[in-house]
Amino acid sequence: MTDIERKFLLTVPSSTANLALIREFVVAVGVQAGLGDADVGKLELAVDEACANVMEHAYEHDETKEVVVRATFDREVLHIIVEDTGRGFDPSRVPQEKLDRLIAAKQSGGLGMRLIKALMDEVRYEFIPGQKNELHMLKRIR
Amino acid sequence: MPTPFRIDTSRIDDISVMVLDGQVDAHTAPRFEEAIQAELAAGHQRIIADCAKLTYISSAGLGVFMSFIEEIRESGGDIKICSVIPKVQATFEILGFQDIFDIVADVPAAVQRFRESPVKEA
Repeated sequence: MTDIERKFLLTVPSSTANLALIREFVVAVGVQAGLGDADVGKLELAVDEACANVMEHAYEHDETKEVVVRATFDREVLHIIVEDTGRGFDPSRVPQEKLDRLIAAKQSGGLGMRLIKALMDEVRYEFIPGQKNELHMLKRIR
Repeated sequence: MPTPFRIDTSRIDDISVMVLDGQVDAHTAPRFEEAIQAELAAGHQRIIADCAKLTYISSAGLGVFMSFIEEIRESGGDIKICSVIPKVQATFEILGFQDIFDIVADVPAAVQRFRESPVKEA
């Protein structure tokens, strides 16, 4: 059997009202890629966090903007890219304080990125100046 | 297709029981926050978050728990979390919520925990 790469694309207006739709999309892709239930749940949460970061930080709640989610998988790996054209924001650079320190400081900063890193097998950010920002997330299919 | 989420709050003696039903994400977390604020404004500092019907939570929802816990504990109250499904429990555990919050089996256990240990012991 040849190992065909499958590609999926979802583009939605940058509104948190669309997060549920994004989750349905990535869950469907994860199931089709052959991920188990636990890994589908991890994928769902990681992509939700990445998109919420774009909507709130890169686009600062501007609903005229678009969030793009690209998914590609073969038999071994599922690769997700969350793409935006907003203010360059590298979520991996948000400092990750311990939970009790965040509570004491009345902050919740960096929680989303902490989850993404814990949930996915590889995470990297690409900033293409003047064009777009991409958060790449990989999940191995076991 | 907005995120499905509702909160029903009832009282057991001096404890507010908030049933979280559906999904808490960045879209619905503000409603969760408002519901807790309403309890605090009414002087209710003892809160049980019943998560039996909570099917999904993201960092936005976790941030709501975190943003109130210190204020509530300083005034002698607490948030006890109960009836968490395995998927949501997994999210709590990634961030170490079990070290910060009392997470128990069900509502009666949460009520009992308030009687025995009003604020989570370190």
